[in-house]
Amino acid sequence: MPDIPAWLRRVAAGLVVACCLLGASASAQVPDPFAGLSQTSFNAVAASVTTLAASGAPRAQAVITALGERRLYAARTGDALYIRNGSDYVDARSGAPARPDPDTIRSVRVNNRIREAVAGALALFGLTSSDPAIRLRSADAAYDSHDPAALPVLDRALAHEADAGVVHRLREARAAALLSAPGQAGKPGDAGAVQERIDAVRILAASGGLPARAILAGLHDQPAAVQAAVAQALSSIDLRLRLWSVAQDLFYGLSLGSVLLLAAMGLAITFGVMGVINMAHGEVMMIGAYTTWMVQQAVAAAMPALAPVSILLAIPAAFLVCGAIGVAIERGLIRFLYGRPLETLLATWGLSLVLQQAIRSLFGPTNISVVTPGWLSGSLHWGGLVITLNRLAIMIFAVLVMGALSLVLRRTSLGLEMRAVTQNRRMAALMGIRTPRVDALTFGLGSGVAGLAGVAISQIDNVSPNLGQGYIIDSFMVVVFGGVGNLWGTLAGATTLGIANKILEPVAGAVLGKIVVLVLLILFIQRRPRGMFPLKGRGVES
Amino acid sequence: MSTPSLLYLDNVTVSFDGFRALNELSLLLVPGEMRAIIGPNGAGKTTMMDVITGKTRPDKGDVLFHNTIDLTRLDEPSIARLGIGRKFQKPTVFEQLSVRDNLLLSLAGHRRPFGVLFARQTGEERDRIEGILRTTRLGQHADRLAGALSHGQKQWLEIGMLLGQEPELLLVDEPVAGMTDAETAQTADLLRDINRTRSVVVVEHDMEFVRALGVGVTVLHEGSVLAEGSLDDVSRDPSVIEVYLGR
Amino acid sequence: MRLPAYLPGTVVTAAIVVAGALLMALLNLLPASFPLHVPDFAVSLTAKYLSYALLALAVDLVWGFAGILTLGHAAFFALGGYAMGMYLMREIGTRGVYANADLPDFMVFLSWTHLPWYWYGFSFFPFALLMALLVPGALAAGFGALTFRSRVSGVYLSIITQALTYALMLAFFRNDMGFGGNNGLTDFKDILGADLHAPLTHAVLLLVTALSVAGALLLTRAVLAGRFGRLLTAVRDAENRTRFLGYRPEHAKLLVWVLSALIAGLGGALYVIQVGIINPGEFAPGNSIEAVIWVAVGGRGTLSGAVLGAVLVNLGKTLFTGLLPELWLYALGALFILTTLFLPRGLMGLRRAPEAAAIAGEPAPVTPEMAVPEDAS
Repeated sequence: MPDIPAWLRRVAAGLVVACCLLGASASAQVPDPFAGLSQTSFNAVAASVTTLAASGAPRAQAVITALGERRLYAARTGDALYIRNGSDYVDARSGAPARPDPDTIRSVRVNNRIREAVAGALALFGLTSSDPAIRLRSADAAYDSHDPAALPVLDRALAHEADAGVVHRLREARAAALLSAPGQAGKPGDAGAVQERIDAVRILAASGGLPARAILAGLHDQPAAVQAAVAQALSSIDLRLRLWSVAQDLFYGLSLGSVLLLAAMGLAITFGVMGVINMAHGEVMMIGAYTTWMVQQAVAAAMPALAPVSILLAIPAAFLVCGAIGVAIERGLIRFLYGRPLETLLATWGLSLVLQQAIRSLFGPTNISVVTPGWLSGSLHWGGLVITLNRLAIMIFAVLVMGALSLVLRRTSLGLEMRAVTQNRRMAALMGIRTPRVDALTFGLGSGVAGLAGVAISQIDNVSPNLGQGYIIDSFMVVVFGGVGNLWGTLAGATTLGIANKILEPVAGAVLGKIVVLVLLILFIQRRPRGMFPLKGRGVES
Repeated sequence: MSTPSLLYLDNVTVSFDGFRALNELSLLLVPGEMRAIIGPNGAGKTTMMDVITGKTRPDKGDVLFHNTIDLTRLDEPSIARLGIGRKFQKPTVFEQLSVRDNLLLSLAGHRRPFGVLFARQTGEERDRIEGILRTTRLGQHADRLAGALSHGQKQWLEIGMLLGQEPELLLVDEPVAGMTDAETAQTADLLRDINRTRSVVVVEHDMEFVRALGVGVTVLHEGSVLAEGSLDDVSRDPSVIEVYLGR
Repeated sequence: MRLPAYLPGTVVTAAIVVAGALLMALLNLLPASFPLHVPDFAVSLTAKYLSYALLALAVDLVWGFAGILTLGHAAFFALGGYAMGMYLMREIGTRGVYANADLPDFMVFLSWTHLPWYWYGFSFFPFALLMALLVPGALAAGFGALTFRSRVSGVYLSIITQALTYALMLAFFRNDMGFGGNNGLTDFKDILGADLHAPLTHAVLLLVTALSVAGALLLTRAVLAGRFGRLLTAVRDAENRTRFLGYRPEHAKLLVWVLSALIAGLGGALYVIQVGIINPGEFAPGNSIEAVIWVAVGGRGTLSGAVLGAVLVNLGKTLFTGLLPELWLYALGALFILTTLFLPRGLMGLRRAPEAAAIAGEPAPVTPEMAVPEDAS
């Protein structure tokens, strides 16, 4: 509706008024609210729809419904109106059966404008519903259409409305409708009318949001006082919108940060704890995403009833599959390369190519569609914020995984052994710790966490054999930025990078934003070669 | 300062994550002196070397060379170029280079990259290298890769590299670890020989070796000086005895 | 002074490269019916391999000799390529689709009215050639000065070199950078008046590339043969130790890093002339890593090995992608894994392993302590 020029609306409303005046002068009776519908002009029909709805005529709802369903017919001459039910007709005004000659009537044609008017008008009928939820929805619709012709209905509804929420919304709808009525610039006008408009502007300003902004921005030809109030309202709305959009960017930043956190936590273990650069980490994540898909397929085939929670089943599955792959990688490749980090990097890069191609051969090169269950789709609206459920779930998931991981590192014997091996491998071995087993399990744990990241990513990103490549550089950046061997550093690194990316994006554009982040990061590493939270001590740097 | 001083550490404190490796350490070395530093593990000996050579910056305190040059403001290469050479506890030589090349790189002279790039070996340099090879008894091994040397030979090569640098002050960290008795005695001779023209600080655990050197001893404990004097004096000092034997 | 073990053979390799290229070019000029005739495609393929050999040489110089594992050398290669591509673009003149004498086609397409200032001078070949060296060199100097001074080393350095080339790739994908965006620079017509599609031009280009490779081999040999080469080895194996001798390893590294970028830039410039296109894909991080495996296969730390590896791996790639395209990534991946596990000194290591081991008195592969003296203890 906002795309209809204001002048057109004004013309239409003017026509209605003209019709009414004409009707009144001709018969000196209550004007016929149905008359407009027999006009041939789309605009005239559209304009009369709301007038009819607001008139309170008993048959109005039935007629407008029929119009919307294209069952309303008008006589080619005269103003008779009929509603067709199947092959029968009834008189539109009285509801009495009628038998018009099909050659003498025409269907009342409907265009988008009329359809909108019908929808708006039908919504108005909801204002008399006994269900407050329906009344609220009707008030919303009235606000959206902000047709001045609906003013009488809104006034009537306001007079009877008891529900505070609906009253609030009705006031806004009334303000919107009032302001949409033709302006009176230049006319001295009466102070009361001007004040009423200013109040309406204030109500809209308080409601905020883009729709209110659109209505206010569309106002011209208003008395100076009103126009000044409008300008003030616009700037206050703009400020709030900007704040909301910053909040929204922060949300997206946190969301990206949580994904990066998931992707980087596995690396923080393999790289941070073991000093192993695993370039195939992204591919392990990719396999985690494919595992999610396979679990979904299996559940859909075997137990369709469980389909909505298959994602929950995928979490342990991906952890185990990827963990096993990690153990295999460590035993089969990495253990031969300890102490040679650069060679490890090359060998695991080679492995990543093989894994990518293997998945491509098995599942095809194109995206597979991992289903997002219903309970993860949709979004929450809070003020100007749109919080998509899947992203919210991933944030919670990331925090849970991190909590679980730090518990494993701190409270379990594996964690103790891992830390012992990290700090002094030879001493740990002398103490009876089976270092090869610890290495394999550590790497398995890191890879399992990568698998969990894959499950999460499958819910928001395309799942294809190339999935891993898109994350590997970013997640290494997180680890390097945060500092090695420190989960809190990883958290801080992921969040900072995520938010920096998303805050820069609207300013600089997505690509340039990313470039800026990368360059800043390169500069940062110059200043702090060991990350934000480096390990300190004599042994570390030498 | 009125007394001539080559190296003066004044109230130097270094801490790592709360642990004080050096605790208000003060030390004075006069030109031409050789000093042995002893102390139990963790006493701060290596950290002291790190501070003097610019590897670790102290949190507090001054390190003055020749009374005027503040070493805490300089980095490792600048300090090395001033004439302070260092031998590491774990012998660190360039394993993939021949013994001769190790010495060549150590020779005083070209240090800037373009200087090194266009450097041609002079007869004088060749003679210097031959001289050092003789002194360190590595003549037969001159063309072997340094990585192939025995532990003791690597120690000697590193001392040879120190000589090549022609430093005014040598910091020598555990020069006789892993050496036979004969080698230890030779090393003591060599260091005394070096001390004729240069100042030396030796960190060592081997008391026999320290005795053989016959020089003043400083005992470090928990980052500060516990006792100073001749070896006999300090070994009678009750606090030193307690640190070494007590508890 | 005795030559280090890695250098003998370099002159021979240079001679083989030039002689082989000359022979190939001559055989190409024979009539097609002649049994020994070398087809045109083989000539341009070989020239392409040789321009890769320059990239490999550049990677080897820093990785094999100074221990800097670069995962971003494709950036220098591609920048050199773009500089030459800009010249070739200007050389098209009015023969483009839009027949615009002042602007390259893609700028006309983007409705640009003026040539951006950074395109000035590129219609002049010597300037473009100079830029193909200077731009990568300047980037390397800036990046290296910052990075080496901060003592960023080992895998950290590898990762930020990767970030560097990744950032450049993203930047060059942007249309408003003025380098043709996604499509890059292409549709070249001629170079210095010679038709780029004529077989004779390709034969000459092959020769020029071979001479460049030989020249780079001899130059790097000269740099490495003397005291500087030994200093680099020292820096590679025990960087901190050199500081206590009074050297500034960051300066030595910077020098060799910039030299390496110049060689990579030259390689990129020659590459673009051969293949007729340069686009942001050349900056892809994967390309840099591939260049590293050429060196690893040939034998890092030997100059001949870099050339050998680049030619062999790329020949393999051509054959594989022609015959069994879906298997190429398996083969490349396996190459990475098998080389690092079983052939740490590459093909050249096969030849000299016994000798080196005899001198060293220990297994030839770099031992962990030697590989990570800085980070390990």
